[in-house]
Amino acid sequence: MTSKNMKDKGVSVVFAGEAGQGIDTITLLISKIYKKCGYNVCLTKEYMSRIRGGINSSEIRISKDRVNAYTDTIDFLFALIPEAIEYLKKRITKETLIFKVEPSERYKNTYAAGMLFGLTAISSDIPEQMLRVFLEEKGEQVINKNLETFKKGYEKGRELSEEKAVKINIDASEEVKNEMFMNGTEAIALGCVAGGCNFISSYPMSPATGVFIELVKASDRFDIITEQAEDEISSMNMNIGAWYAGARAIVTTSGGGFDLMTEALSLAGIIESPMVIHIGQRPGPATGLPTKTEQGDLELALYAGHGEFPRIIYAPGSLEECYELAKAAFINADKYQMPVFLLSDQYLLERSYNIPVINVSEEKINQNIIKTEKDYKRYQFTDNGLSPRGIPGYGDGLVCVDSDEHDEDGHLTEDCDLRVKMIHKRRKKLDLALQNSIMPEFIGNPDYKILLLGWGSAKNSIIEALRLCKRNDLAFLHFKQVFPLPPETKKLLTKAKKLVAIENNTNGQLARLIRTEFCINIDKNILKYDGLPFSADKLAKEIGEL
Amino acid sequence: MDAKIFDMPCADIAWCPGCGNFLILKSLKDALTELDIKPENLVMVSGVGSASKTPHYIRANVFDGLHGRILPPACAIKAVNPELTVVAVGGDGDMYGEGGNHLIHAIRRNSNITNIVHNNMLYCLTRKQASPSSSYGLITPVQTHGVTEEPFNPVAIAISAGATFVARAFCTDTEKTKEIIKKAILHKGYSLVDVLMPCVTFEVNSYKWFKENSYYLEQTDKVFSREEAFKKAIEIEKLPLGIFYIQEGKATFEENQTAYKDNKTPLVFREISRGKMINDLLHSYT
Repeated sequence: MTSKNMKDKGVSVVFAGEAGQGIDTITLLISKIYKKCGYNVCLTKEYMSRIRGGINSSEIRISKDRVNAYTDTIDFLFALIPEAIEYLKKRITKETLIFKVEPSERYKNTYAAGMLFGLTAISSDIPEQMLRVFLEEKGEQVINKNLETFKKGYEKGRELSEEKAVKINIDASEEVKNEMFMNGTEAIALGCVAGGCNFISSYPMSPATGVFIELVKASDRFDIITEQAEDEISSMNMNIGAWYAGARAIVTTSGGGFDLMTEALSLAGIIESPMVIHIGQRPGPATGLPTKTEQGDLELALYAGHGEFPRIIYAPGSLEECYELAKAAFINADKYQMPVFLLSDQYLLERSYNIPVINVSEEKINQNIIKTEKDYKRYQFTDNGLSPRGIPGYGDGLVCVDSDEHDEDGHLTEDCDLRVKMIHKRRKKLDLALQNSIMPEFIGNPDYKILLLGWGSAKNSIIEALRLCKRNDLAFLHFKQVFPLPPETKKLLTKAKKLVAIENNTNGQLARLIRTEFCINIDKNILKYDGLPFSADKLAKEIGEL
Repeated sequence: MDAKIFDMPCADIAWCPGCGNFLILKSLKDALTELDIKPENLVMVSGVGSASKTPHYIRANVFDGLHGRILPPACAIKAVNPELTVVAVGGDGDMYGEGGNHLIHAIRRNSNITNIVHNNMLYCLTRKQASPSSSYGLITPVQTHGVTEEPFNPVAIAISAGATFVARAFCTDTEKTKEIIKKAILHKGYSLVDVLMPCVTFEVNSYKWFKENSYYLEQTDKVFSREEAFKKAIEIEKLPLGIFYIQEGKATFEENQTAYKDNKTPLVFREISRGKMINDLLHSYT
């Protein structure tokens, strides 16, 4: 059978309904099942800030090739409430097949899942088995009712497949079956564990709370001290205290929460404390759109805190980078004795897809902590600005840190000459960090005319758009280390005839930073600030027209 | 041990001559000496203000952080290395104004730390403004018509928030203050020692005033119940001095951490070797 509904590469399936209908739960389970069956899967969700009601939608892309970005296209829409169709009208085309779930169905989410598996002609064995495991704790009655509903949906799906002449013919792969399926939150938390994180004090704030929860989950196995502090001010100060005593601490928050931490960030700057700060960005100002996505806080991370002090900012764009950069954040915070930022956002944190299992080295974490001697000076002047870091109670020395300008011993001083020397000392550490920069990733034709620039979560959308637009004169430079900008980048920028920055914000914050750091103007900004991520297909059109 | 072990002969002391801070410093040094606490195992935590300079005048490890923010790092330091003695020192502005929220929650957290507050009921380093504990009617360049807010009562607030050790001392009585500080340090859990002291420069409440407006609780072996302690705490005609309340046996913040459930080694001295366990964890996502 051939038909206009023939899908042989992939489908994009959207489930939409209100909060409380179990869309999150079912789409995650569906995604895991397709992955288990050997399909590449990418799950992106968007939702409103409420516990019940409103309209939420989750997109599941099921594909022969790797998929890891959001797309506007909807092939199949499962509407759990009628309003969902109006809500998604901008994304619905003539090609979209809409399936309405009968209002009489009790487990609408399970019914819709059954329909999808029926439609896509996946044998019902694996889904039923995984549904059973998933519902194990709910008791036999709930399991049976759900399985019954699933079967009904499955039959309906088979019928519809005939009726609408839907034919799915996507190749599955053995390798994918054994890959990991996770989201950015989980990848960042794992990276923290790998980086030796053993202390977290945070205050809940969407979309960054997940990292806190994951680290709490890991705390038993990995000896992590955890505390939900009374506010963000406290959490940041606690974490700095923890580093002082020899732990490896992180705070996870969003822009508004981080605002409250900026005073303590400045403290970390002057006392030369390592610190890891994860900002899960969301649209501001103030409360903004609490559950949506934006890359609006690069400049916040860059300029936060009074006074001048060095910092490093990483912006992962993929799950692998979430893991690697979270790990690197701990290692380099410890190494350079300065705050290191991880900038993510709702799109990156809450999007799941499959990746090959990450390779982990088994070596133990090397902590840059020395056993102190009697005459230990915490801020001893050295050639590269780094003073050996001691901790209290380890050695015969005393470890003194002070938020005032201080002498080499760490005691407060009002000596202006000493002040200048301390400024130079702190500044030198940035030069050192710069020499060991994480370079941007270059993707595309090395003989490019137009160079696309991006950072953080936009990465996968841009890469897919680049592939879709099929233009040979384009390439993409993805910045993982947004600050300090590696100087080697400059020649890649000057080589381009045209520079185009693609950012999920209003002002083109990376573009501004490049102008400031390299005196290079960006020719065009492609910006998006409606609270939604870049969709690969729409972005492909935009860059196709450049 | 000799108290001299805590001396810092080269320190450029920034306090006014005759300041009550000197007396509190002496009581603290004597208490630490009698408890045989080694400077290497002592962490003095402070923020900003005259009282917060105390750690710089005592040989110890020092974490001199932000105004009002001393309790969160103090709790963290103790949790990371419970073998350290952690003493957090601040003034009334630091602890009761800027840090008021942290005070309440540090009490709830019940870390095994000692919190000494130099309470002169006035902001002095910023040149005489009202503090949260200033009395009604106090006139300053800012409170030109006199303080109208209810004076902050740290002892009553600490008892009601669930503090496990609450005391008030008077700086002049160095011997009594020393004894209170010793008990506070020995107490397992959060301990508050509010120490009354005058500011000799902006002399709002003099030594004499404090002497006349305070009295010592009867020092018997009897421990007050929480209700009795609270009744004493809200006496303001004459301020009671001494230990108001002690609750023994309440689990501390660090004891409640799963990291210390089966392993008492301070977190900081444990090797971090996680490769194999991370591999297992990663495979749970397949």
